Amino acid sequence: MNATAASAGPTRTAQPRVGLFVTCLVDIIRPSIGFAAVKLLEDAGCKVIVPNQTCCGQPAYNSGDRAAAKALARQAIEAFEDCDYVVAPSGSCGGMLIKHYPDLFAGEPDLAERAERFAEKSHELVSFLVDVLGVQKVAARFDGTVAYHDSCAGLRELGIKAQPRRLLSGVEGLTLVELEEAETCCGFGGLFATKYGELSNAIVSRKAEDIRAASADTVLAGDLGCLLNMAGKLSREGSAVKARHVAEILAGMAEGPAIGESEKEAAR
Amino acid sequence: MNAREAIFASIRRSLAVSGEEAPRRFEVETRLKQAPPGVVPKRGQGDLRARLATFKAEAERAQASLAEVGTWADAPAEIARFLRENNCPATLRMGADPRLATMPWSETALELLRGASDGRDVSAVSAAFAGIAETGTLALASGADNPTTLNFLSDNHIVVLPREAILADYESVFAKLRDAYGKGGAPRTLNFITGPSRSADIEQKLLVGAHGPRRLHIIIVGED
Amino acid sequence: MSEVATSAHFKENAHAALTDARLQGALGFSRNFVGRRAAAVERLPEFEALRDSARAIKDHTLAHLDLYLEAYESKVRASGGEVHYAQDGEEAREIIIDLCKSMGAKSVTKGKSMIAEEIGLNHALEAAGIEPVETDLGEYIIQLRGEAPSHIIAPAIHLTAKDVEREFRKAHHDLPPDRSLTEPEQLLSEARQVLRAKFLAADVGITGANFLIAETGTSIIVTNEGNGDLTQILPEAHIVIASIEKVVPTLEDAAQLMRVLARSATGQDASVYTTLSTGPRRPGDPDGPRAYHVVILDNGRSAMLGGEFEDMLRCIRCGACMNHCPVYQAVGGHAYGWVYPGPMGAVLTPSLIGVAEGGQLPNASTFCGRCEQVCPVRIPLPNMMRHWREREFERRLSPAPLRYGLGFWAFFASRPTLYRLATDLAARAMGVASRGKGRFSWLPFAGGWTRYRDLAAPEGATFQSQWRARSGAVR
Repeated sequence: MNATAASAGPTRTAQPRVGLFVTCLVDIIRPSIGFAAVKLLEDAGCKVIVPNQTCCGQPAYNSGDRAAAKALARQAIEAFEDCDYVVAPSGSCGGMLIKHYPDLFAGEPDLAERAERFAEKSHELVSFLVDVLGVQKVAARFDGTVAYHDSCAGLRELGIKAQPRRLLSGVEGLTLVELEEAETCCGFGGLFATKYGELSNAIVSRKAEDIRAASADTVLAGDLGCLLNMAGKLSREGSAVKARHVAEILAGMAEGPAIGESEKEAAR
Repeated sequence: MNAREAIFASIRRSLAVSGEEAPRRFEVETRLKQAPPGVVPKRGQGDLRARLATFKAEAERAQASLAEVGTWADAPAEIARFLRENNCPATLRMGADPRLATMPWSETALELLRGASDGRDVSAVSAAFAGIAETGTLALASGADNPTTLNFLSDNHIVVLPREAILADYESVFAKLRDAYGKGGAPRTLNFITGPSRSADIEQKLLVGAHGPRRLHIIIVGED
Repeated sequence: MSEVATSAHFKENAHAALTDARLQGALGFSRNFVGRRAAAVERLPEFEALRDSARAIKDHTLAHLDLYLEAYESKVRASGGEVHYAQDGEEAREIIIDLCKSMGAKSVTKGKSMIAEEIGLNHALEAAGIEPVETDLGEYIIQLRGEAPSHIIAPAIHLTAKDVEREFRKAHHDLPPDRSLTEPEQLLSEARQVLRAKFLAADVGITGANFLIAETGTSIIVTNEGNGDLTQILPEAHIVIASIEKVVPTLEDAAQLMRVLARSATGQDASVYTTLSTGPRRPGDPDGPRAYHVVILDNGRSAMLGGEFEDMLRCIRCGACMNHCPVYQAVGGHAYGWVYPGPMGAVLTPSLIGVAEGGQLPNASTFCGRCEQVCPVRIPLPNMMRHWREREFERRLSPAPLRYGLGFWAFFASRPTLYRLATDLAARAMGVASRGKGRFSWLPFAGGWTRYRDLAAPEGATFQSQWRARSGAVR
């Protein structure tokens, strides 16, 4: 049974309405992460709703297309209007919603306020569970050794470091080892990975080396972008190390294929 | 418009000011006059005993060597010992600092050379303006008393530091500086020296004895 | 040396760097800085507060830069020094060469100065028949190789000891050829010997300045070797070249900045030599320069004030950002193609040489944010790189495929229903196309990815379509 503290959130409702900001990568490539997030939130006592949604606008924002970023941001703010919280299984998208939406509309009277309020109610998934809902332990079980990669945006924009480790340490059967360079960028950087492929490869090669040296059988992170990058490199190098989103482990939904793994490989 | 005028005009244009604004002028004048200290680390603070201990620990961390003697009169013997132990010639360059000049050199067999360094000195001795406990740093002021070239051209630089001159931090040295040179004044050169010369430019390997002295020996003078 | 920028060819430069095995080996050395800085920061509980203080001092000074420059200038003159102003590199070179010629200078020693690199001073001196001798060991080594520095405080960090030995044997041909130079200590000893003669023979010494203090008319240099000091006290004249934003108000303000500088740069609590110089020698001084000149350079900085990139003028040239940057660690400094590498170079270069020439640099970043995290004066480097990307986008300087790709994405993303349908279709199709392998080893339009990595295939239907199917009602 999960030990959940009653939320001391702003609305003081017994069952907070949490809008799941699923993120385009999860939506399109690995929906199982979305379902793991739903399970974690529901187990912690939330009512999860999934408004019609698209993209947080970060690719446009980081490419310098402020106008497109603003249009998508406005859309997102409207879509999640009547949720108590907005929760995303991603430090990168989370950072966009929380840190950059207010920047986008700074100085625009009405929108700046709406963006601030939106940012205040937005959270990354694991930090939401631990810091807002007070979850101290999850009921999952996972037999294996894992290493956790600190995705840059989650770490540096949102201060996510202790929370995933906290919950992982309570997972039955799981051994957590630390990467020598857990806080070093994996080289994804969104469009950077394709625009500067060779450079991105150099960076992820070092990350892959670090992961292999840690003798973990699975690498975890809170961001699918990083995970796709690391998983893709590890498998290209013929490594047996698997990659999963931390939500999959915490929700006890880590039986299916790991990222980039086929059904056949998973069954072995 | 000459270069100076053009640059000031450009700065003022960018800042959207004329330069005449009274509030700005007042702010600048005030800051220059009051020179407020910022964040001063606790590390160097404390009474003389505490400062002495901190100074010694920090100076050694920076690879200076240290000795303590009771009075100025004991210094020449310590210097002679230092030179002997390091197989240095018994020759020593120094400036006109009266505190050094009046030490009992005849008790040693050291040959003394006076004035600025000619670039061939193996060893030189200076008297410090102050010491900084916070970082184990010596403050040395230029002039005939302690020529600056002695700090850099000798292989072995020996510095005599009166115990009471070990101050807590840079801010305290600045206060002493203002007493000596007036507000807004400074010697032509003020050297803050922390350990012997070093370089890590070759494969990031830390090596002592780059262009400045290979050894820095600090003799702290004073009794309990 | 550094006038011709190759920053526009960053990708090609990076490729050359990534395939240079010798360089890749040497780049490992720069990673030491990370641990050293961390250790120094841990030792000083006041470090974070000092960063805030340093930032505030810089902001205050920049907001009053005209007045502090005036105050500084009058103090320099009062102490017997001379102040010259240069709007750009050409004016600065002219001033310095005229000064040298007026003194009949044949050889000039130089302390390390990034500004001097920026204006290509060495080439100009050589062209005027004056021999410049770099005295910082790293700068000396790269001068022998005819190279530019690859790091702002460790210029030869891209070289191995063997590289240095090779250069010394070539250049110091008067010394016995059978001498041993395998140990770094021996290389250092030889450099000391060779450069000592140059120090003593120089007619003029040129240094940069880490800070200029308005209160006293003082220039500060910070070194570990003592080369800057020998450069400035031995010759007849000392010329300081510094850019306008080097001014700080008071001695106390300088101390705040000094405390974060060494720790951020090399992890030392204090550099070995921090030297405050004020004017030429005083009556009765037995040594020191007889003439003291300060050349104050603008070269694009005044235009940065009051604008989007003003924060960049807080930079105190510590090098922490590049030490912690995954991109710099992968390719080293030369790939950036001009004087300033790493994150600070990515922000500053387009300001100084234009977006057309320097615009690649702010694009070559993952925005990991480590640079901002370690910057002693808290410059929001990723934000400013993003500003450059915005400028490029506005001026349509970004590559066409990227603009079309983003436009395509934005079209769908701003139409939620269309988006849901299209992504679901694409996800299912790609799921099928992967033929049960779970991943792609190649994908059209994604060559930059799949050349080096596999790409996980979509699971099948999208999350939103599955959610609709499960719960029936979607708002």
